[in-house]
Amino acid sequence: MADTRETFQQIRFILLQNRQGKTRLAKYYVPLEDSEKHKVEYEVHRLVVNRDPKFTNFVEFRTHKVIYRRYAGLFFSMCVDITDNELAYLECIHLFVEILDHFFSNVCELDLVFNFHKVYLILDEFILAGELQETSKRAIIERMGELEKLE
Amino acid sequence: MALSGMRGLSVFISDIRNCHNKEQERLRVDKELGNIRTRFKNEKGLSPYEKKKYVWKTLYIYMLGYDVDFGHMETVSLISAPKYPEKQVGYIVTSCLLNENNDFLRMVINTVRNDIIGRNETYQCLALTMVGNIGGKEFSESLAPDVQKLLISSSCRPVVRKKAALCLLRLYRKNPDVVNIDGWSDRMAQLLDERDLGVLTSVMSLFVSLVSNNAEAYWNCLPKCVRILERMARNQDIPQEYTYYGIPSPWLQVKTMRALQYFPTIEDPGARRALFEVLQRILMGTDVVKNVNKNNASHAVLFEALALVMHLDAEKEMMSQCVALLGKFIAVREPNIRYLGLENMSRMLLVTDVQDIIKRHQAQIITSLKDPDISIRRRALDLLYGMCDVTNAKEIVEELLQYLNTAEFAMREELSLKAAILAEKFAPDLSWYVDVILQLIDKAGDFVSDDIWYRVVQFVTNNEDLQPYAAAKAREYLDKPALHETMVKVSAYLLGEYGHLLARRPGCSPKELFAIINDKLPTVSYESYIDVEIQQRAVEYFELSRKGAALADVLAEMPKFPERESALLKKAEDAEVDTAEQSAIKLRSQQQTSSAIVVADQPPVNGSVPASNHLTLVKMPSQNITEDSNVTYEEPPVEIPKENGAPVEVESKVENIPETNIESKVEPPAVHPASQADLLADLLGPLAIEGPPAAVEQNPVQGLETNQSPVGDLALATLEDQSNSVQPIVNVEEKFHILCSKDSGVLYEDPHIQIGLKAEWRAHHGRLVLFLGNKNTAPLLSVQALILPPSHLKTELSSVPDTIPPRAQVQIPLEVVNLRASRDVAVLDFSYTFGTSLVNVKLRLPVVLNKFLQPITLSPEEFFPQWKALNVQNLKVQEVVKGVKPLPLPEIASLFMSLHLAVAPGLDNNPNNLVACTTFFSETTRAMLCLVRIETDPQDRTQLRLTVASGDQYLTFELKEYIKEHLIDIPRVQTASPPVPVQPQLPPAAVPATYNDPGAMLAGLL
Repeated sequence: MADTRETFQQIRFILLQNRQGKTRLAKYYVPLEDSEKHKVEYEVHRLVVNRDPKFTNFVEFRTHKVIYRRYAGLFFSMCVDITDNELAYLECIHLFVEILDHFFSNVCELDLVFNFHKVYLILDEFILAGELQETSKRAIIERMGELEKLE
Repeated sequence: MALSGMRGLSVFISDIRNCHNKEQERLRVDKELGNIRTRFKNEKGLSPYEKKKYVWKTLYIYMLGYDVDFGHMETVSLISAPKYPEKQVGYIVTSCLLNENNDFLRMVINTVRNDIIGRNETYQCLALTMVGNIGGKEFSESLAPDVQKLLISSSCRPVVRKKAALCLLRLYRKNPDVVNIDGWSDRMAQLLDERDLGVLTSVMSLFVSLVSNNAEAYWNCLPKCVRILERMARNQDIPQEYTYYGIPSPWLQVKTMRALQYFPTIEDPGARRALFEVLQRILMGTDVVKNVNKNNASHAVLFEALALVMHLDAEKEMMSQCVALLGKFIAVREPNIRYLGLENMSRMLLVTDVQDIIKRHQAQIITSLKDPDISIRRRALDLLYGMCDVTNAKEIVEELLQYLNTAEFAMREELSLKAAILAEKFAPDLSWYVDVILQLIDKAGDFVSDDIWYRVVQFVTNNEDLQPYAAAKAREYLDKPALHETMVKVSAYLLGEYGHLLARRPGCSPKELFAIINDKLPTVSYESYIDVEIQQRAVEYFELSRKGAALADVLAEMPKFPERESALLKKAEDAEVDTAEQSAIKLRSQQQTSSAIVVADQPPVNGSVPASNHLTLVKMPSQNITEDSNVTYEEPPVEIPKENGAPVEVESKVENIPETNIESKVEPPAVHPASQADLLADLLGPLAIEGPPAAVEQNPVQGLETNQSPVGDLALATLEDQSNSVQPIVNVEEKFHILCSKDSGVLYEDPHIQIGLKAEWRAHHGRLVLFLGNKNTAPLLSVQALILPPSHLKTELSSVPDTIPPRAQVQIPLEVVNLRASRDVAVLDFSYTFGTSLVNVKLRLPVVLNKFLQPITLSPEEFFPQWKALNVQNLKVQEVVKGVKPLPLPEIASLFMSLHLAVAPGLDNNPNNLVACTTFFSETTRAMLCLVRIETDPQDRTQLRLTVASGDQYLTFELKEYIKEHLIDIPRVQTASPPVPVQPQLPPAAVPATYNDPGAMLAGLL
């Protein structure tokens, strides 16, 4: 890892994967090589896919922690520092899903597949530099409206 | 379902979805990549829309997991596009496809900067977002001032300012110098007054990062944080959109409480009272509700509040409230809450006075150790490990052992290690300890490292009472049908050494023991041993097993050795012994071999011996030894002279000692070339030397010695006293320093004798062997050796023969026990006569502090609580050291490593600092953790601040002084200039401005 400061207190990456392990969105806030990214995606999928729904939403991953939540066939995973507040990130995932749901009105996996570029746009309004940027659903949806007008 | 809005992209995605298998998908992707590649090649024909479409396709393919090694240039160049849609794609895809180290990014720095300082708000946002997500050092240097301006500008909309705040955070992480603390604390305080909660959320993240590096500078912001928390706790003036299931932004609350945990304390009584009110409200007012999201959000806040209360070391009442809450949480069924209850209870262990309350929950915690969810089991294991002490060790370790039966692969290693550590640390009696380790080996042999079983062997060896018990236990295990290799080794060792104590029990006669061990030994993989010694023993053993009737003799109980005189020496001494005596010698040498078969007769060091460290095997050229036994001798690595006479280490492991300046070493020119060759070389050669070499009267080395810097006053003081006519032909001082960081080598050599040394260290025990080699064809007489031990060492030197026969080598074991920390050094007073000259030398023995250190790697969660807990006067001491050798940090790190201090990268986020951990062993302290931190000043490498912490004030002091000695004057300096003497404690006024208060600095790390 290039910089030790990155080990402190931030989201290292966010993944959206389906049950088969297909990546629907991958955003890295720490510099990783391509091969490393592929490895991470593979490992995280393996880690979360077979967990019982009655288990915790937290799994240790290397020296970090993955906070994940499953919505239908999709896994939303965030890798954070082990000292970070797990529940805050867990609800951060849910807020993101609510925003997507609002934006796509009743979001399903296909929306995210065909509009993956929009998902990246929304994520950039929600999280930046591995930190929460905006927690108001309304602010983000309005912002997306502004941006769509420009296209 | 909405389609992408780009027809070509939607078609491509559909195609991919319609592929029935991976192969079809690959074909489709390859076709598309080929298409994109050709289209990008003649870019002229591409419309902006097409470019945009292809770049999105590239990202999609990349996301599917295919390598996309082209198109980066095209993507990055879109950033400079004049219109928004292409620019947007350029920015977004670039930050997904490339990482901060990519060279293409450098090309667009100017464009990015122009977008940031330009008038177009949308472009500003795009640029800030990309830099915030993937900006590296270069961006940091060229963009930080502009980003700061946007953050504090009153004319910018919140949407720009929140991005600027987080972008600045990224730049600050890449290079902390971009935020100039002087001006920023006031600005930060203003920013924390922000009314827009989106901006405030981003600013709070920036603040956490700033304050984590330097809490001291931001005291003025503390009351503001408390006010924000008050406002949220009372749900005062919080817009609906910033509440989440009725809770005022849980994220902002969490972040704010996190920021407060970086301040060492809160002194302002007003702020403190207000904060405790808020915390009390959170602790009391958080109810469990049906809605999962609301529940999670409120508990996110609650757990952060718990952490803050623990950090503030609040009044006892509040603390017991916390423990009660956690006790409730670890018993609930909801897995997340239970997990967090366990996790936070582990953190709670560091708070004084609550351990006993936590212990009451032991049974509940053990239930979680059996939970089906590995995440919960890990937390339970950590907690049990943390709360274990003498009172509950038996129970906890037994639970761990039981769990080991069912634990999955992923946990077994950690589990065995923890069980082993607890067993050793808190063993109520040693037989229980032996039981535990043997069970561990039996259940999880693969995860029991060699160190662990060596330790058992050591305990047994040093405790006579334990020996029959251990041997009997080992014997029991041998009856099991399948045994782990390690179990075979440890039982073989124990029975080999102490099997005779069982001789009267059924099934334990020497012959039976031999038979059963012999039966199991094939499972031990000797051929995998790189150590020639072990291989050799294996071959011998094999030969021995075919001896038939003679075996009974060999298996006879091992007689006690009054003195460790080698059979070989005996032969060399007297070549004309009668045949009866000869056969006795023969028998004895066989016996010696037999005891060495199972495990080499030294404390076991096999298995883990690295290839670079293998021992030189030498056959002694004794005439009448050839046929009966292949006795081999380990020689300490010695020096073979090069052509220019400069000694060269035979051993390939050079460690981290700075290279010797060969030119400045002067070898005595008058010495006969052959006599320069050491004993070993002599022995290897066919006895080429005709007679004793001339004693060297004027040895230039002597001059060198006395001229040398006054390092190690002791050695020099004694050297000056020595008025011998025979002078050493090696630099004694230097040899001593080499041996301080190595465990074998030459300690001393003159024309007549070479003294080698080999040492092994286990916890606070040391076992040294001195090799006295007579280089002459005449005997050395009146040989005397005496150890002058300092008060902190217990030493026991085996007896030294009065005479060393010609060309013979005597090995003299020396046992050392370290009683406590000290920098004093043991001295070997050694004398002999050769011809008419009496030679007497006093040699420092390399039984130095670092030999009793064992590097240990700690994770931040282990380190920081310890570091904090040691914030006690005298246990943690700090000193500004001046006159330090100006070394770059990596060199200090390797120096630390040579001192057995494990440098832990990443613990301290300041690149100019260095943190190291180690365990110190002595009889009084047992295993004690030591933490070391140095903070260097990049402007002035000759000074640094050294902090040392341990649970024992003498240890802290001695270790600090010891490290200081090494920092100030790296051993083996060749320059004639004397090193700057150690400066005593400096008044705080002398602390350079770049340093901050230690408490605050470290609190920043917490």
